[in-house]
Amino acid sequence: MSAGTAKLNVTVAEVKPINDLVTRFKFIRTDGGELPTFSGGAHTVVEMQDDGFTRLNPYSLMSDPADRDAYMISVRRDDQGRGGSKFMHSKVAEGLEMVISNPVNLFSLDLRAKKHLMIAGGIGITPFMAQMQQLAATNGHFELHYSVRTASLGSYAEQLSERFPNRVNIYHDDLGQAIDLENLLIGQPLGTHIYICGPKGMIDWVRGKAAALGWPREAIHYEEFLAPASGKPFEVRLAISNKTIQVGENQSLLEALEANDVDAPYLCRGGACGQCETAVVECDGELIHRDHWLSDEQHRAGKLIMPCVSRFDGKTLVLDR
Amino acid sequence: MTIQFNDETFRDDFSFKNSPAAIKRFPFPFHEDSYMYSVNLEPHTKTRPGSPFEFAFDVDEHYVSEMKDRAVTLADDPLRCQSLPHMTLAGWDLLEYIMEAKARDYPDLFSLTKDGNIWHWENKPLEIDQTFIFLDESTLPYGPMEYITRQTQGDFALLDQRDDNLWLDAGMITSQADWSLDFNVGMNFFEWHAPVPKANEMGIFVRALKFLLNLQQGAPARRLNWTMTVNPLLDTSPENYHKWGPMKTGLTIENIGSKQYLRVELQTLFRLPRSNAIAFPIRAYLCRFEDLMTVPKWGRRLHRVLRDIPDELATYKGFIDNKPLMLEYLSRFDDGAPTSDGIWPDEA
Repeated sequence: MSAGTAKLNVTVAEVKPINDLVTRFKFIRTDGGELPTFSGGAHTVVEMQDDGFTRLNPYSLMSDPADRDAYMISVRRDDQGRGGSKFMHSKVAEGLEMVISNPVNLFSLDLRAKKHLMIAGGIGITPFMAQMQQLAATNGHFELHYSVRTASLGSYAEQLSERFPNRVNIYHDDLGQAIDLENLLIGQPLGTHIYICGPKGMIDWVRGKAAALGWPREAIHYEEFLAPASGKPFEVRLAISNKTIQVGENQSLLEALEANDVDAPYLCRGGACGQCETAVVECDGELIHRDHWLSDEQHRAGKLIMPCVSRFDGKTLVLDR
Repeated sequence: MTIQFNDETFRDDFSFKNSPAAIKRFPFPFHEDSYMYSVNLEPHTKTRPGSPFEFAFDVDEHYVSEMKDRAVTLADDPLRCQSLPHMTLAGWDLLEYIMEAKARDYPDLFSLTKDGNIWHWENKPLEIDQTFIFLDESTLPYGPMEYITRQTQGDFALLDQRDDNLWLDAGMITSQADWSLDFNVGMNFFEWHAPVPKANEMGIFVRALKFLLNLQQGAPARRLNWTMTVNPLLDTSPENYHKWGPMKTGLTIENIGSKQYLRVELQTLFRLPRSNAIAFPIRAYLCRFEDLMTVPKWGRRLHRVLRDIPDELATYKGFIDNKPLMLEYLSRFDDGAPTSDGIWPDEA
């Protein structure tokens, strides 16, 4: 099937700063119709027309999944990033027409769980906001542990504590508060599933602790989208389409393929889903792997690359595209 | 559009029949003169007006009688419909998807009006008028999946997605080609496909699963599958093999044209939005050999496909014993002339 995802034409209905770093965006359908429902944990890929260049960034949907009038996302400004979040913060205003993908869920609730234990760090709170609303509507059993840097940077912490007073626990880094993970995990009832969304360090910490305590792998769910990092420009030859293309400093290999009209499927654009996996035909140089889809062994073998986040440094790279 | 619904049976006296219009729109499964497994998935988008691919859920002249047959099968064996507890939300997803699609595509037959969560559903062919509260099971006579699939042609499997696999955790299966929901419920994709010969070695299941795990909302897919059935039976289940199995031994060169049916499954796949599960409807279409032979292209092609099919496949599909008789019958309709590409009859 063709690349990418089914698309929705939307209009920005609201732009609301939440704190110094995070801004919330509300989308409604441009034709006035209803948006599809979605499942908590889903993301949408937002297309940005930035000065003749198309950026496609995934953002978790944080609104009530049953609300078909509007979608909401929150974007954290990343001044070191390649510019997607800066574009959202500086160029996107109410009334702008944009194109977003249908919802895609790579961080779904396991509905068999007797209890859903959610562990969030920073902007990783957003998928949980949708999941909590979904579970609240269906009498699901959930509990959130949310780590923020400071009270003023704790997006939605106050609002969540008010709405779910007995289920939400907030931890402030600047006050030296931290999740007592070992006791938290030991105290969970049988049939609990753990969900983690936050910085890589937090994900590794919770996964490591849960594994050490003997939790089954199937009961641990996490979502980590990598933003594609900038890097040295490089050249790639494409064997199937018979083209030679340039990948710019602030461009991902996937974006360079798209800019040259080369069909490359994608879902997450963050090194997680495996959809854009591409075979390496010839490589004289070093593949800079940044995904967490391929195994370490596959990274070493150098026969595959994930163009959404990974790069190349060297003389010749030929890909099977 | 107005559909004239047949009054017909799929058991006992087997009065099932296809009108000339139904024969012409039959989804003949062979696009060329040979057959081998393939993933063969394509987007399930509106295709060819009047064909079974025009709408998300095809309603045809057999609708009312097929639903009566399903009710009889369920009364005899309630385990044909099962839903594990975590699949209720997926059942609501399916109900919503089907009601919205049928009300949109067949406005003269079905209507759905919503006042918040209070929904009003009218199904004119089955004379059903139901007001209920969406997501409140106590307001429907059955669970949501059972309720809507008692009103929709075809079998339905609901697949939960977790641990990078798909799990057959709910279904309404009353017109199956010799597999059992009660046996398969709870199995994952590789477990329930284990009996299929050759395909595993060909790597088909790994590729198909990868495709399905990435199936997206708003982008449903479809494929055709097929088998052979003696008499127009919907219920060819393993549970009832003692009833239908012996029918396969009653074929003669005189009666094969009227008793032997090509059974085609239109299999579609939809990502369900609220649950992130996948709906897998399996819609069976039946057409007797002598009706198929009214389309010269299909007569030639069916002969060539069956003549060249590997024995393992004929065995798996359950017609190896009758294959020589089928070829004897079909060879009369194959003059050796070339056939055109694609599945549809040549325009006159």
